Formats: sequence, C-alpha cells, structure tokens
Amino acid sequence: MQDILIKNGTVFDPINNIDGEIIDIAISKGKIVDKVDESNAEVIDASNKIVLPGGVDIHSHIAGPKVNMGRLLRPEDHYRNLKPKTSVKRAGVGTSCPSTFTTGYEYSEMGYTTVFEPANPPLKMLHVIDEFNDTPMIDKACYPLFGSNWHVMEYLHDNKEDELAAYIAWTLRSVKGYACKLVNPGGVEQWKWGGDVEGLDVAVGNFGVTPREIVKGMCKAVQRLNLPHSIHIHANNLGMPGNYETSIETLDSMREYAKENTNGKPNPIAHLTHVQFNTYGGTNWMNITSGAEHLAKYINNNDHVSIDLGQVVFSDTTTMTADGPFEHKLQTLTGNRWVNADIEAETGCGIVPIKYKKSNYIHAIMWVTGLEAALMIDDPWKVCMTTDHPNGGYFTTYPRVVTWLMSQKAREKYMEKVNKRAKSRTALESLDREYSFSDVVISTRAGTARLLGLNDKGHLGVGADADVAVYNIDLNKIDPAIQYWKVRKALRRADYTIKDGEIVVKDGEVVKSVPGRSYWVDSKVSTDLAKSVESEIKEKFKDYYTIQMSNYIVAEKNIINSSPITVQAEV
Amino acid sequence: MEIFQDVVCPVCGCLCDDIEVSVENNKIVKARNACAMGTTKFLNYNNDRIPSPMIKNNGVQKPVSLEECIEKTAEILVKAKYPLIYGLSLSSVESVKVAIELTEEVGGVLDNQTSVCHGPGVQGIHDIGESTGSLGEIRHRADLIIAWGANLQEAHPRHMERYSYTSKGRYRNGKEDRNLIVIDVRETLTAKAADKFIQIEQGKDFEFINALRTALRLEQIQKDKVAGVPVEEIEKLAEVLRSCEFGVIFFGQGVTQVNGKGRNIDGLFSLTRDLNSWTKFLIMPARGHFNVAGVNQVATWQTGFPYAIDLSRGYPWYNPGETTIIDIIRRGESDATLVVGSDPIAHFPPAISKRLINTPLISIDPAHSMTTMVSDVVIPSSFAGIEYEGLAYRMDGLCLPLKKLVKEPDNTMSDEKVLKMILAKVRELKKVN
Repeated sequence: MQDILIKNGTVFDPINNIDGEIIDIAISKGKIVDKVDESNAEVIDASNKIVLPGGVDIHSHIAGPKVNMGRLLRPEDHYRNLKPKTSVKRAGVGTSCPSTFTTGYEYSEMGYTTVFEPANPPLKMLHVIDEFNDTPMIDKACYPLFGSNWHVMEYLHDNKEDELAAYIAWTLRSVKGYACKLVNPGGVEQWKWGGDVEGLDVAVGNFGVTPREIVKGMCKAVQRLNLPHSIHIHANNLGMPGNYETSIETLDSMREYAKENTNGKPNPIAHLTHVQFNTYGGTNWMNITSGAEHLAKYINNNDHVSIDLGQVVFSDTTTMTADGPFEHKLQTLTGNRWVNADIEAETGCGIVPIKYKKSNYIHAIMWVTGLEAALMIDDPWKVCMTTDHPNGGYFTTYPRVVTWLMSQKAREKYMEKVNKRAKSRTALESLDREYSFSDVVISTRAGTARLLGLNDKGHLGVGADADVAVYNIDLNKIDPAIQYWKVRKALRRADYTIKDGEIVVKDGEVVKSVPGRSYWVDSKVSTDLAKSVESEIKEKFKDYYTIQMSNYIVAEKNIINSSPITVQAEV
Repeated sequence: MEIFQDVVCPVCGCLCDDIEVSVENNKIVKARNACAMGTTKFLNYNNDRIPSPMIKNNGVQKPVSLEECIEKTAEILVKAKYPLIYGLSLSSVESVKVAIELTEEVGGVLDNQTSVCHGPGVQGIHDIGESTGSLGEIRHRADLIIAWGANLQEAHPRHMERYSYTSKGRYRNGKEDRNLIVIDVRETLTAKAADKFIQIEQGKDFEFINALRTALRLEQIQKDKVAGVPVEEIEKLAEVLRSCEFGVIFFGQGVTQVNGKGRNIDGLFSLTRDLNSWTKFLIMPARGHFNVAGVNQVATWQTGFPYAIDLSRGYPWYNPGETTIIDIIRRGESDATLVVGSDPIAHFPPAISKRLINTPLISIDPAHSMTTMVSDVVIPSSFAGIEYEGLAYRMDGLCLPLKKLVKEPDNTMSDEKVLKMILAKVRELKKVN
C-alpha cells in the first residue's frame, strides 16, 4: 500500500482543535502518521480545497430484512436511478432503498467512510451481516432491537438487573450487534395484538412492565456493560402531534444515570434518534406545530442526551421502522402501500412509501421541526446530522441539509416555496445561526464518531484510521452562507475519498472497491453470571423461537472483515 | 459414527433446523426429526448422481474433463447475445451471489423458479404491500389459520407441528386453541385435518376473494352463490375473520398459478390489510424449494429486483412478463441457457422446452433430470446443505446456516465453486477477445 501525502489542504479537525488551518496530512499503512517520505508517496495537491475526516453516519437504514422488504416493495423507486456496471463497480439501482453495492458507492462518493445501521431484529442479524458483506466501501455495524424483547421485559419484571445486562451482552456477542436500540418500547409488543402503548406509564399487556421501566432498565444495563455507544432510542408516540412531551419525559426518566463531562464535552447516556419525528407540538393534525423549542431547551440544560435530526427533505421516499403501530397509522392516513413484518419474541416492522410535499402543511412543519432542533440546540457535539435515511429523505441529500444548516440565505430561499401556514407558525426565519465548517464536521464526523465510541475515527490526528475526504471548496472564494449551492455541489461528490489509506474515490467516482469492516461489541461479564444466564436463555429458547439456539448465533466465518471491540462490563 | 445436531433440512421452505443426522463412513444413515420428505433426501440423495462432466458430441453426451466443460460453458456464454441463467433455488445464497455476478458479466437474464410458482405473490408486494411476520408469531399467537390453495400437510409436513395448527406457543396451546380453515378446490389431506373446509370451484378464487371482501365491509352480495359457495357461508366466514384475535392466511400455488394469478394475490393482500382495521391479521406464502426465498432476498439487495432480472443493458431491469424466462424463450430472444439445479424441460410448457433445446443448454446439477439428459454441457455438482455449507432463507425470510455433513464425491464441487470457475473463464475469454 503506497503512502499518501495530502498537501496544502485547508483542514478541519475539531477533535484536535484544527479549524481551517493549512497543513499536510500524511498517511501510511492505513493510518494517519506524522510524516511520510514525499518522494515515495502519492501526493495529492489539496490547495484551495478542504480536507475533512471521512464521514461517519450514526443512523441510516442501509441493510437488513426491513430495508430489503422496502426494496421489494418499490421497484418504481429503483427505475429512477439505474447504475450500470463499470470496470470497478457492480451494477445497482435505487434512490430511497438502493441496492447494497450502490449504497456503498454513493456513500463513498460523498466522502463517507463509516455508516451504522440502526435497527434490526437480533433473530435476523445473519441476514444483516449477509447484506453488510455485499455493501462495499464503508465500515458498518448494526444496533439490534431490544424495546419489545420478551427476555428483557421478563428480566425487568423480575427485577433481575444483572441477568438483564448479561442477556444483552450475550445477544450482542452472539448476533454481532454494536449497540442497543429501543423502538417504541413496549408498544411493538402491544402491536402484535393490534394495539400500542400511549404513554410511558401504561403497562405492556402480559408482561406487567411499562415503557418507562424498559427505558430506564436498558439505559442502566447499557452503562453497566460499558458499551461504546449509549442507548439509542426511538421514543413512544413517534410521529404524533404533541409528542415532544413524551420525548422529554423519556429523556428525563434517565437523568439519574447522567455522567460527568470530560474536557468540556458532554458524555451522553441516551441518544434520542431522528428527533424531528419525536418533537411535535399541537394536539391534532390540524394544529400540529414544531416542538423543537421545548426539546432544545431541555437538551441545552441537560448533558446526558445526544440527538440526530432525521431531517425531512421534500422527496418521494420510503418510511421504514420497527414501530409497527406507527406505520399502520401512516397507512390508514395515507392509503399508501403497507408492509408489516412482526418478529417472534423480539420486535416488529412497518414500511410505507411517502411523498413529502412542500405544499403540505404537516410535511412543511416536519421540515421546520428538524431544522429548528439543529439550530436551537447550542452544543454541536450533541447534534448529529441525519435524515434517518430513508425515512426523512435519502442519504444522498445530506449536502442539501448541510447547506440549510450553514446558510440562513439557503433556508430563506427554500422557505419561500413551502406551505405558507406552516411558515407563519415557525420561528425558523428568526434563527440566524449558521453552522461553521467545524460545526458541520462535528455533526457529521467528529461528534458521531465520539458518540459511537470510535476513537480512531472522526479525526485526523496521528494514529487515526486514514479515512479522509477532500472536497473542492475554496474558502478564499466561497462563503458557504452565501454561495451555498457551490458547497452543496462539492459535498455531493468528493474530490478524493481515502479509506484505510487507499484512494477509493477520485473526482467523485469510485476508482477502487474495498469491502469495509463489520464492527460488533463483545462486553465481558463475569464468567459465572454469563454461564447461568446462558443456560437460562437455553431453557427458554425452544419456547420462544422456532429455530435452535445454535442456529441463532452468527458465526464469525460468515462476516467479511469481522472487527470485534472488546470491553469489560461492570457485572 | 458422527452425529450432527441442529442440522437445517434442505428440502422445503420450512427449513426445519432441528434435524439430527448420523453419518457413518461418509454415508448418512439416520436423520432424526426429519419428515418423510427430509428423510428421503438425507438417505437417498446419493442414488442418482451424474457420474462425470459431459459434453454432447454429435447428439451423444460423452464424458470429458471438468475443465473442458467449464471452457465450453464460458465460450457459449461469451458468444451468446442474450443468455439466460435459471434455477438456484436448491443452491446456497453464496452460489446465487456468484450467479448474479456472472449474469452481469455476460449481460444476460437471471431468473428463478419464482417465475413459475410464487412470482405473483412477489408482485403482490409491489402492488399492495404485505402484512406478514415470522413463523414464530403464528406459533405464539394465531387463533385462526387459513390455508388457501396450500396443501401444508403434504407439501410441508412439519409446518403444522412446528409453526402453525398443532404447534404450541406462548399464548396458544396447540390445536384446541386454534381454528384451521382450508379453502381449496379439492379435499386435500390438509382439508381433512381442518376444522372447516370450504370447497370452491376451480379458477374462481378471484370471485371468492372479492365476495369475502364485500362481506367483510358488511355490504350486500347480489348473488346466491359465489364460486359454488352459498353467500350465507361467505358472510359467516367474514365474521370469523373479523372476530378472531390473531389470524393468518397461508397461500400456495393454488392461488398464484390459477386463473387470476396476481389479481388473486392483490385481493388476498388487500383483504389482509383491511382485516387489520378489525383485528390483527397476517399473510404469508408457503414456499416450496428450500432456498427459493433466498434467491429473491439476495437478488433484491444486490440488484433491487427479486427475480427475472435483465442485466443485458449493464444495469438491472425488471419487468415480469417481459423479462421472465418463459416469455423470453417464447419470443425466441434467448440464445443460450445455463440451468443450475432445476429441471425446466420437465416442467415448462412443451413448446417452451422445445425452444430451450434449440439453443445451447448447459446444466449444473448433482443428479439426473430430463434437463441434464438433453443438455449440451452437463456439470455435476454437490448438494447444498449435505455436501457443502452456506446460507439459506426460510419461507418467512429467516436466514439459516446450512451444514456440510459428508464429503462430496471426488469429481464434484459446490455450485458456488463451479460458477466461480465459469466466471473466471468468462473474464479470461472476454479479455482475449
């Protein structure tokens, strides 16, 4: 592997306090190094260009049974983007649910190098890994779902905290998961009888635990296991008017477990995902408003929470979530095609295509809500930029979202086109905050990597993974707040993307295909506890599942570039 | 003697994974827990093997070396303008991946048994969407099970015991807690086991489904009988559907491959969707070959489309009716066919089989079939889930690992390896040209 020297680039690396300085970045053997021998290195002239760490996406639905069902549901979605085979690229299709190869290529061409898939049933992780193996160019990992898991609810009901933690450790290790995801905790189990839970204190039928207990118990367990990422939550009442109250209540229920800040940066213990869908005011569909102000106020006053946006971008996209009851409501509201897929003992899933229209009041409110949240929460280290791909919009629209954050002018210009009533009911126009490049790097790279516990990613310090993106943005000539469209265009196609020390994208086109890693977490709990819990699981397994326990376990030989992260648990 | 636990059975879409297989001197001697179909395959799979790679010369198949077969196959595929690659429902997912890459390389069409069995069910998902779930959900919750044009008892002998009617789950303790209704044109074994059998007239599923949807909406049906069933009985059935706690419909080729085809499925999927306003209701196909669902899964994530994928333009294209194998052959457009683990000559309409033989035909198969007998090139392969390992997908989309139990015969290898050799040869030839 040849050494690389990126010369004279304008570097943004907030973790190492580098804010737009012109410095050289040296790369050797897949890592950032102090220096390389220039005569033996491939030199990239990055004069008048910006150099950033490779993008790290904390929440994007790119693989697994749900995404694949989305692909199957929408052949018409694929016809809009047909990608022929080239000498380095496999053929592919798709916009809101792209095929696996295309997903990898398009992320890489935008300068992204790491993407985490946020929701899959543990039972179907072998399928997820099978798709990861076919998703090139990026490092991946998956958060298995625990919010309506029978084992979890039973351990909580019996107040068995240690056993719960050991069960989670066993599951993550067995199915090769990275973090714990809760989706409409308890509500998905209710949906299996056609119902839902309406609040945090309504007990889940047959199990006698409440969503509040699930959230708190799981948050505590995740902390005791020392998992690299906090609990990842999609709150109850998602998508409903007035749900900001449930979201704040959910977050506040975990406040007692808050951790101290380090180096002035917060250490969140809960990640509220796609806040846009979780932060509405109003009482019904007629008077729905943004509740971002309330949530932002809460988050500005509390350091135990991080969020990602789930920004809506007006487009024809596909909603997909483990929140089965929500998707059923969306189906009855829209009359669109609907997939539901419940998974034994664990979770559910729903998929409904949707067209977000600028002229639609509710859709415009959704658009406003995401941007308000991003601009009202002061600390960028708490905010990750996502569209909850494909729920709010495709990941390929990230550059557009970034320019909305960077330019008030871009927002104003766009606001002219959206529903007038929504416009009159938002504070967005009065928000003059504009993200700097450093802020953008934090919310798309440095902050996301930090929240995921990926110490070697999201920065360009010596020893970091050599995942780098170079974009053709000349900050001497371009002011992102004014010529925002130039920024958007440049961010869509990286000049160079370097993955693990190899140039994989040049001039916005993939020039080399690399497989990428699959991360998973092995949290070591005490041997006795691990043993006793494993035999408990074994006893229940036959009753809960329709497969044998040995076939539930994902073998490492099935994973391309299996990359376990080992941590020591406190149980 | 070696004993393998938790073996996944490579026969039907149930993929029962609790088989205990005993192997003695590289021979399977026992398959505990397996049904009649499973046992038969485990014990007899080795009986009718193709002894050697063969190439047809002057109308007679002659034994040759594997390398010659690979070379000949690659030559045919490279020369062909619009080759077809068909089958793979009895191969591992890994083999399917190579087959897709090969199709891409030669610019052909990849199709699969889905095309002639559950294709309409797949298209129903494009049209309506599907309210479905994993088989365990049925086991734990279903109090109403409907088998519609699906003979579960005979086509999937352990389906009822493991997943449906007689299985025991968290909230249902076997058949006394469940109601099985069979809707079919004849009294199958499944119908005999059912609590209720509704016999409808052949080819009248579409009318019956719509009458049922009408009754469900509490609207008047302006007839005395629909599909041979009195209206009162249809109304009674609608009431049973509405009032169950958790219902499921299993449908088979009795719905997908009779008059109406996709329209029947659109009707059934709509019916299921509507029922979710009243109660909880799911629907799922009872799929035949053990990995037919796997082909759809892999093809969908790699190319966006589940089967009938035309890669001749360089990018994937899908239009059932145009890019499905039978339609392509009927139009006389294809000029070579590679069949992997399938017997189209025996099962396609005679006119189509005839045309299939008129262009170069290559078979990769472990055992003799009508297709291998008339093929120009025959490459023996080994059995997935017995002689080589890999992944497969159950009828509800659950991924399970297949095991290697015995060593394959000396002159055979997995479909995956054969296809990889062909792919390498194709690339080599394309470079030379």
